[in-house]
Amino acid sequence: MSLSPPEKTAEQERSLLNVEVAGESAVATGSTEVVYELRGVDVHYGQALAVGGINMRIHKNVITAIIGPSGCGKSTMLRTLNRMNDAIPGFRLSGEVLYHDRSIYERNIDPVEVRRRIGMVFQRPNPFPKSIYENIAWAPRILGLRADLEERVENALRGAALWDEVKDRLKQSALGLSGGQQQRLCIARALAIEPDVLLLDEPCSALDPIATASVEELMHELRRDYTQVIVTHNMQQAARVADRTAFFSLNVENGSRSGVLVEYDTTKTIFTSPGDQRTADYIAGRFG
Amino acid sequence: MSIQGTASSTSLSPTGRAGGRFGDRLLTVLTSGAALATIAVLVLLVEQVVNGSSLSISAFGLGFLWHSTWNPTLSAGAVNANVYGAAVLIYGTVVTSVIALVIAVPLGVAIAVYLAVLAHGRVGAVIGPLVELLAAVPSVILGLWGIIVLAPFLRTTIEPALHAALGWIPIFGAPNPTGLGVFTAGVVLAIMVLPIIAAVCRDLFLTVPQDLKDGALALGMTRWEMIRGVVLDSSRAGIGAATILGLSRALGEAIAVTQVIGTGSTITASLFQNGDTLASRIAEQFIGTVSRLQTASLFYCALVLLVMELIANLAAQLITRRFQKRRGLAL
Amino acid sequence: MSTATGSSTTLLGAEDRNLRRRRLTDRLMRLSATAAAGLAVAVLAIVVGSVLIKGASALSIPFLTQNPAVGLGAVGGGIANAIVGSALIVAVGTAMALPLGILIALYLTEFATPRTAPPIRLVLDLLNGTPTIVIGVFIFGLLVVSHSQTGFAASIALAIIMLPLMARTTQEMLLLVPGDLRNAAHALGVRRWRMILGIVLPSALGGILTGAILAIARAFGETAPLLLCDSVFGNTTTLNIFGTAIPNIPIDIYRYSESGFPSDHARAWGAALVLIALILVGNLSARAMLARQRRKLAGR
Repeated sequence: MSLSPPEKTAEQERSLLNVEVAGESAVATGSTEVVYELRGVDVHYGQALAVGGINMRIHKNVITAIIGPSGCGKSTMLRTLNRMNDAIPGFRLSGEVLYHDRSIYERNIDPVEVRRRIGMVFQRPNPFPKSIYENIAWAPRILGLRADLEERVENALRGAALWDEVKDRLKQSALGLSGGQQQRLCIARALAIEPDVLLLDEPCSALDPIATASVEELMHELRRDYTQVIVTHNMQQAARVADRTAFFSLNVENGSRSGVLVEYDTTKTIFTSPGDQRTADYIAGRFG
Repeated sequence: MSIQGTASSTSLSPTGRAGGRFGDRLLTVLTSGAALATIAVLVLLVEQVVNGSSLSISAFGLGFLWHSTWNPTLSAGAVNANVYGAAVLIYGTVVTSVIALVIAVPLGVAIAVYLAVLAHGRVGAVIGPLVELLAAVPSVILGLWGIIVLAPFLRTTIEPALHAALGWIPIFGAPNPTGLGVFTAGVVLAIMVLPIIAAVCRDLFLTVPQDLKDGALALGMTRWEMIRGVVLDSSRAGIGAATILGLSRALGEAIAVTQVIGTGSTITASLFQNGDTLASRIAEQFIGTVSRLQTASLFYCALVLLVMELIANLAAQLITRRFQKRRGLAL
Repeated sequence: MSTATGSSTTLLGAEDRNLRRRRLTDRLMRLSATAAAGLAVAVLAIVVGSVLIKGASALSIPFLTQNPAVGLGAVGGGIANAIVGSALIVAVGTAMALPLGILIALYLTEFATPRTAPPIRLVLDLLNGTPTIVIGVFIFGLLVVSHSQTGFAASIALAIIMLPLMARTTQEMLLLVPGDLRNAAHALGVRRWRMILGIVLPSALGGILTGAILAIARAFGETAPLLLCDSVFGNTTTLNIFGTAIPNIPIDIYRYSESGFPSDHARAWGAALVLIALILVGNLSARAMLARQRRKLAGR
C-alpha cells in the first residue's frame, strides 16, 4: 500500500509536503464558494452509530481528502454525499447535508437526480461489461444528452487523459484495458454526464504506482472544472493531491465504535502542524 | 492415496495395514464402479431406445420426421394402414413449448429481478422458496387442475378475449368447447417451467457484482435503468441458458400435457384446438398398441425426443460454460 | 474540457420532463417485476388451494384405509392399496438410488481426477435432463417387453430419476465439509476410507438425507414412467413387487382425472390431496433442515 520505500528519509518527506504546499497555495486564491455544508450529520446503520456529529464545508474547485484509520467511516461519509448509502438496509441519516444550500435528503429530492450531478469513482475499477464507447455513452443516452454523443464521448475520454490510448479500439470490450486505464475510463464515464462534483473512494487502492500517478495527475487537471472529494488511506496520496484534508478517527464509547471528524484544515496544516494530538499521532505513525 | 508409508517407525500389525489398504482399494473400486454404472445406464438407455425403434426406422427412415400420417389401423383395405409419421407430434411439441416459453421467460426473468434485486428482507425470503415450491407440484396434479380448473377458465375468459382481439390471426381461432387444446397445454407447461427459469435467473442475477450496480446508480441511473443496463445486459447469455433449460423441461413433459391437450391427429392453425406432442402420444398409446410397428414408432418418438433433449442440454451447457468464462474475466 | 457548468447545479429539484418519464418507467417496471412474483405465488396458492378444497371433501378415514370400489365411476372405497404401493415402489427405488448416489458423489469429490470428473458430471446432467417418459420407455424395453409390468420396473425407473438429484445434493454437501476436518484426519495417520466413512460422510449426513427427501418427494409424484411400467394393476393391496404391477397414487390420479365421471374426479382430488400433502411436508421439512445443515457446515 505504501508507495514510499521504507528507507525514505524525513527530509524527503518534508520536501514532498513542500511541493504540496506550493500547489495548495495556488488554489487557495481560488473559489471560496461552498458546495457542501454538513451540519450535525449522524449516520446510523440499524442501531449502530457509524459516523457522528459531522460539521464541515467543502469548497468549490478544491480537492478535499478524507483520511483516517480503517473503520472510521470515511467511505460512509463520502457515500452520504451522493446518497449511495440509501440502498443499504438500516441506513439512517440525521442532521443536514446541504448541497448548494439545498438539503439533498429532503423528501422531494430524488436520489437519482442527486447522483446525476455528483459523480463517483469507486475503490476498484468497475467498467461495465460493454465496449469502451458504450461505457461512456450509455448514461448520457439515457439522460437525454443524445446530441453529439460521439463528441461527448471523445471529450470525456480526453478529459480523463485516456483518448490517445483507446481512440483506435473504442468498440472493444472495456474489460481488456489495464487497471489504470479502467479506472480512468470510470472517471471518463462520470465526466461524460457533466457532473458538478467528483467523489473518489480510494480510487487508487487497486492500482500500481504508475497507474496511481496517472490518476493523481488527472485529478490535478480536473481541479480547474470540478470539485473533488477523495477518500484515501494513503497519507502520501492525500499530501500529494489534496488542498484540504479532513482527518476522521474512531471514537470508542461504552464499547461501541463510531467515526468522528477530528480535524479539518488545509493539507499543509494537517500534515505539518496538526492541532489535535490524535491527528499528529496518526500521521506520524503512517509516515514513519 | 496420499497417506502411505507411515509404517516404518512403529510396528503396525500387518493385518491392520493390509486391512487399511484393502479398505481404500474397496472404496475406490466401489465409487468408480458407481460412476461407471451411471455411464452404463445412459448408454443402455440410448441402446434400448434405438433398438426399440429399429423396426420403425427401417420402415420409415428419416421421413418419419416430416410425414404426418399416424394410422395404427390394421384392416387390409384402409389407406395408409399401419403407417406412422411424427410431423404432427413434433409440431405440437414445438408449439406447446414455444407458448410455454413466451409466457414463462418474461415472467421468470421479472420474478428473478424481483427476488435478486428488488426484494429485501423477509418478503423476499418468503417469496423465493414459494416460487421454488411451485416446481415441486407433481405434473399429474397440475394436469388434473388443468382439466378441471384452468381449462374452463381459459375457455370462458382468456381464449374468447384473444379470439375477439386477435381473431384475424389464424392461430387465435374460436375456443374449443372443452377448453382443452394446444394453448391450455402451453399454459400448464409455462407454470411448470416458470419456477425453473426464475430460480436459475435469480442465482445468475445475484452474481452480478455490487460494484457494477453501484457504478450505474452513481451515474444517476434509476433502479430499472441499472437493472436493464447492467444486470440484464451482463446476464444475456445466462438468460439464454435458463431459457433452454426451461425448453428442455417443456419438450419432455408427458403427463400434464396428455391430460390437457385433448388428443389430435392433425396440424390445426388455431392454438385452441386439440393437438398432441411426442411425449403425450407415447403416454396415450404405449399401453395397448396393436402392432409391433406401432410400438417401434412410439420408441422412435422417444428417440426423437431424446435427440432434441440432448441438443438442448448440450447447448445450455455450452452457453453456461462460455458465459462463466466471460464472467470470470469481468470479476 | 469545460463541461462542468455551474448552472446545472441549481436545478436540483426543478421540473425535468425527461426525469419524470424515467421515474415513471422505473416505477412501472419495478411494479411489474413485483407483480410477476405475486402472480407466481398466486398460481401456487390457487393450485394448492384447489387441491385442498376439492380434495378435502373426498378425504375421509375409509378413503385412506379401504381399497377402491371396482370400476370407473364407482362410488365409495379408498386408495389404501395405492398408498401402500407408492410407498413400496419409492422405497425400493430409494434403496437403489441413495447408496449409488452417495458413491457417485464420493467419487466426484474424493477420487475423481480433473479429467474423469467432467464426463461423469455431464452424464449426470444428461440423465437429469432426460424426459421421464423416455426413462419409462427405456425400462419398458429393458424389463417389461419381455416379461410384464412390475412394481420393480417402476422402482428402477424412479431410481434413475432420483439418482442425479441425490448425487448432486450429496456432492454439494460433501464439498461443504471443511478441509480442516480432512487435514486433521490425515494428520492422525488415518486411512482415507476411514476418514471418508468416519469423518466426511457423517458430517455431511444431515444434508445428504434432506437432499434425499427432496428427491423422494419428487419420485412420489412421478407419473410418466409408471404409466408404461406399472399401470395395469388390480384393486387389492399387493407387495409382490417382482411379480405384478403395484397400485400407486399417481396412476390413480391420472386415471381418475381422464375419466368423465364426477365421482372419479372427486377421487382424483382426494388422491391429489394425499400426494401433495406428502410432497409439501417433505419439501418444507427438507428445506428447513437443509438451511440448518448448510449454516452448521459453513459456519464451522
